[in-house]
Amino acid sequence: MKALAAIFARELRLAARAKAEWLMPPLFFVIVVTVFSFGTRPNDPQLAAFAPAVLWVGALLAALLSLERLYRTDQEDGTLEQLLVSRTALSFAVFVKGLAHWLLSGLPIVLLAAPLGLMLGLAPPHLGPLVLGLALGTPCLSFIGGFVAALTVGLPRGGALLPVLVLPLIVPVVIFGAGSVRAAQQGLDAGAPLYFLAAILTLTLTLLPWLAAAALRNAFE
Amino acid sequence: MNWTWFHRLGSPPSFYRFAGRLAPWLGGLGLLLLAYGWYAGLVLAPPDYQQKDAFRIIYVHVPAAAVSLSLYVLMALAGAVALIWRMKLAEAVMVATAPVGASFTALALVTGMLWGKPMWGAYWVWDARLTAELVLLFLYCGVIGLNAAFDDARAGARACALLAIVGLVNVPIVHFSVEWWNSLHQGSTILKFGKPAISADMAWPLYAGLLATYCLCGHAILRRAQNELLLRERNTRWVRELATELGGGARVS
Amino acid sequence: MPLLSADQLTIQRGDRALLRDFDLRLAAGELLHLRGANGIGKTSLLETLAGLRRPAAGQCRLADEAAGLHWLGHRNGLNLQLSAIDNLRFWCGINGASPAGIDAALAGVELPARARRRACRSLSAGQKRRSALARLLLQPRPVWLLDEPLDGLDAGGLALFAALTQAHLAQGGAVLMTSHQTLPAPLAARELIL
Repeated sequence: MKALAAIFARELRLAARAKAEWLMPPLFFVIVVTVFSFGTRPNDPQLAAFAPAVLWVGALLAALLSLERLYRTDQEDGTLEQLLVSRTALSFAVFVKGLAHWLLSGLPIVLLAAPLGLMLGLAPPHLGPLVLGLALGTPCLSFIGGFVAALTVGLPRGGALLPVLVLPLIVPVVIFGAGSVRAAQQGLDAGAPLYFLAAILTLTLTLLPWLAAAALRNAFE
Repeated sequence: MNWTWFHRLGSPPSFYRFAGRLAPWLGGLGLLLLAYGWYAGLVLAPPDYQQKDAFRIIYVHVPAAAVSLSLYVLMALAGAVALIWRMKLAEAVMVATAPVGASFTALALVTGMLWGKPMWGAYWVWDARLTAELVLLFLYCGVIGLNAAFDDARAGARACALLAIVGLVNVPIVHFSVEWWNSLHQGSTILKFGKPAISADMAWPLYAGLLATYCLCGHAILRRAQNELLLRERNTRWVRELATELGGGARVS
Repeated sequence: MPLLSADQLTIQRGDRALLRDFDLRLAAGELLHLRGANGIGKTSLLETLAGLRRPAAGQCRLADEAAGLHWLGHRNGLNLQLSAIDNLRFWCGINGASPAGIDAALAGVELPARARRRACRSLSAGQKRRSALARLLLQPRPVWLLDEPLDGLDAGGLALFAALTQAHLAQGGAVLMTSHQTLPAPLAARELIL
C-alpha cells in the first residue's frame, strides 16, 4: 500500500515539475475539435451530428500523445528495473500509473468536453451522456494504452507502433461512447451504451494491469 | 493419459521432422480439393436464381473469412502456450500464423467488397462482420509489426502473444458493439437478404473449398514454422547437423 | 551456507549462450570481483542473479529471500526531474524503509547539501552515482549486486566506495561487482574471470 502511495505521489510530483507535459493533451484536444469545425461550413447544423465522433476521436488522440512516455523514462533511467527487483506487485504499480495518467490527461478532457460540445452545437441535454461516457471511456484509453505502452517500452521504434496497436483495441469504447450521445440525440435511451462502457471499463481495470505487468517483465528480458 | 507424444512434438527437431512429413500431404490434399471445389463451384454449379453468377465468389470469400477467424484463435492459443509453458515451438507457430492469417483476412475483405457492390450496392457497409474483420486485419498487422520491432525473437514472440490474447477478447466485443451500433439506426433493409437453403450442388464445392483452404493454411503454417524454427535455433546442434546433411554446413554461421 | 548461490546456470542472450552450467557461491563477508572482456556476459549474469532475467537453465538462490538484495545497474534508478532526496523518498516508499534515513544516507555518500535538493539532471555523473549508492544505505540487505559501481566516481568517491563496502562486508554482507578498473586500495576481492 505504501509502495503504491509512493508511486502515485511521484507521478504527481513529476507532473508538477513538467507542466507542459500534462497541459499539452487538453490543449491538443481543444485544437483538434476546433480545427475540425473549420473544415465544415460556418454554423453548419450537421456539425452536431458529428460532434460525438469528433469529441471522442479528439479524446483518443490526446490520450495517445502522452502514453508513449508512460514507461519510457522509467525504463531509460533504471526505475523500472529497480521496481522489478523490489517486491512491489508490478500489476498494482501499473494500475497506479494508469490511474495517475488518467487523472492528468483523461480528467481534463472529461471536464473540457461539455463546453466543446456546446461549441459544436450539441444540445445541453445531450451533454450528460457525453461527459458520463468520457468519464467511463477515458480510463479505458489510459489502461489499454498503458498496456500497449508496456508492450513497446524498450523498442527503438515503439513511438510509431503505439498508436497502430492501440487504435484497433479502442474501437468498442469509441462506438459505445459516441453511441450514447447519438442515442440521446435520437431520443433513445442513452443508458444502455453507458452500461456497456462501464462493463468494458471493469474488464479493462481488472485484466490489463496484470497483462501490462507481464509485458513490462518481458520487455526487460 | 500419456503425454509423451506431446512433449516429443514440442521439441523443435522432432516437430521439424514431423512438419516436414505432414506438410506435403496437406499441400497436396489441399490442391486436389481446391481443384475440385473451384471446378465444381465455378463451372458445374448452376447460377443462383437471385444473384446469378455473382454468388460464385463465395467459393473464395467464405473459406477465406472462416480461415481468418480460425487462424486468429490458433495464433492466440499458441501465444497462450508460449507464455505459460515458454514453449519455443508455440512461439514459432504463433509468429508463423500471423502473416498467413493477415493475408486471408485481407482476401476475405477484398472479395467481400467485390461481392458487396453488386449485392448491396456499395463496396463497404458498416456491418458488424465487416468491421470485426477489418479490426482483425489491424490486429494481425499489429502482431506482425510488433514482432518485427523486437531484436530478441523470444521476447518479441511473448509480447505478440500478449497482444494477440487481448485482441482475442476485443474481436467479439467489436462484433457485438457494431451489431448494437447498427441497430440504433433503423433496420437496414439491404443487408437482410433471405438466405435460401443452399442446394447440394452449390454446397459440396463450398465444403471442399473450405477443407482445401484449411489444408493449404496448415501447409503454409507448417512450412513457415519450420523456417522460423531453423532461424531461431540456428546455433543449435540439430540445425547444424541438418545443414551438414543437406551439404550446406559451411554456409551456416 | 552461502548468501547467494547459482547452480548450473545457463544464460542466453538472443540465440547466443553466454554462460553454460555456471556455478557461483557468494559467502557472507565476501567481495567477488567479476572480470572479463566486454560482451562476455557479466551484466547479463548480474541481471539474472538479480532476478531481472530468467536463466535458460539452472537456478539462483538467495539464502535469505525475505531480506532480498540490492541491485545497482548501469542505470542509476534516479528520475532526472526529481532531486536526490525525492528519488530516495520514492525508494523508501517502494521498499518500505523509513524516510528518516535519507539524510544520513546522502551524508554517507558525501553529497553536498545543496546538491541534494537539485534536480538530478543537473548533477554530475559522479554525483548521480553517489546518489544511486545512497539507495543501498537506506535499507540493510545482505547481498549487493553492483554493475560497474565505480563509473564516474572521483578519487574521493572511490575511497568512499571502499569504506562503504568494507562496512557492509564487516556486517556480514556480501558484494558481487563488476568493474573494468582495479578496486580502490583497501578492498581485497576474490577475482572471478569469465
